[in-house]
Amino acid sequence: MAHIVIDENRCKSCYLCMAVCPKGLIKKSTHINNLGEYAVEFCDPNNECVGCAMCATRCPDLAITEVHK
Amino acid sequence: MLVFETPKSFKKDFKYSFCKGCDHGVAIRLIAELIDEMGLKGNTILTTSIGCSVTMYDFLDLDCIEAPHGRAMAVATGVKRAKPDKFVLTYQGDGDFASIGLAESMHAALRGENVTAICINNTTYGMTGGQLGPTTLMGQVTTTSPNGRNREYYGYPIRIAEQIALCDGTAYSARVSLDTVPNIKKAKAAIKKAFEVQLKGLGTGFVEILSTCPTNWNMTPEQAHERVRNEMMKVFPPGIYKDVTEE
Repeated sequence: MAHIVIDENRCKSCYLCMAVCPKGLIKKSTHINNLGEYAVEFCDPNNECVGCAMCATRCPDLAITEVHK
Repeated sequence: MLVFETPKSFKKDFKYSFCKGCDHGVAIRLIAELIDEMGLKGNTILTTSIGCSVTMYDFLDLDCIEAPHGRAMAVATGVKRAKPDKFVLTYQGDGDFASIGLAESMHAALRGENVTAICINNTTYGMTGGQLGPTTLMGQVTTTSPNGRNREYYGYPIRIAEQIALCDGTAYSARVSLDTVPNIKKAKAAIKKAFEVQLKGLGTGFVEILSTCPTNWNMTPEQAHERVRNEMMKVFPPGIYKDVTEE
């Protein structure tokens, strides 16, 4: 099952990944991480992720550490 | 099936010190991915000199040497001549490569030194507070050009990839961008080519990467990428300016 792994404490909340996900599966978190940012989180209740890795390619901070297809 | 993971060339528990949305992070990741894929990890010597780019040695588990301001290509020349079997890489910003160290950079390319140079072009001196740099666009407001860059006082920006392509010792010179995912993939292909020309002993490999500095541009990361597309690419068109393997 395709999914991504986010290290939320690396996320600096640039939100570039949210704009590139073709399925809109990355959302802004409601709690603050170690850097004082509202990090992103992966929300895929309907298993829509296709494992394209565009989010991980775009992320400037390697906060998306793994993509499984 | 795992299709993406953090490259092995990164140090364990590294922490990027870049501002949010800075494309340095993407550029360093592409270099790390290629070092992994091409099996260069134990054989690479990285040279950096000044600016945000210099912090690269904090993140990658490679042998590194820090050059004086702007002199990464001169130091890389010495490293390569002393250890010709090593893969020698410089990672610099535009102010470092094309202003402070322009003489060293250009003469290394004119000598055809067998090294690879990666230059990040973000049209400003990022680390020191957003001063006017060699690639600052005409009309661009910076902390040292408060009324915008003009011809009379500041002159024109340098087109680095074209200038390096004019040097006879250059084997590969290209300009790429990191503004979209397809362009990031093209950037990786260009960096790979610049690595390969060194491994084949053909001469200097050079890639200029159009990058963002959201902090000093006073923009969000998304707005900064739009500026790269709408303003920078008109003055600095992406493309391959020299490739001796295609001639």
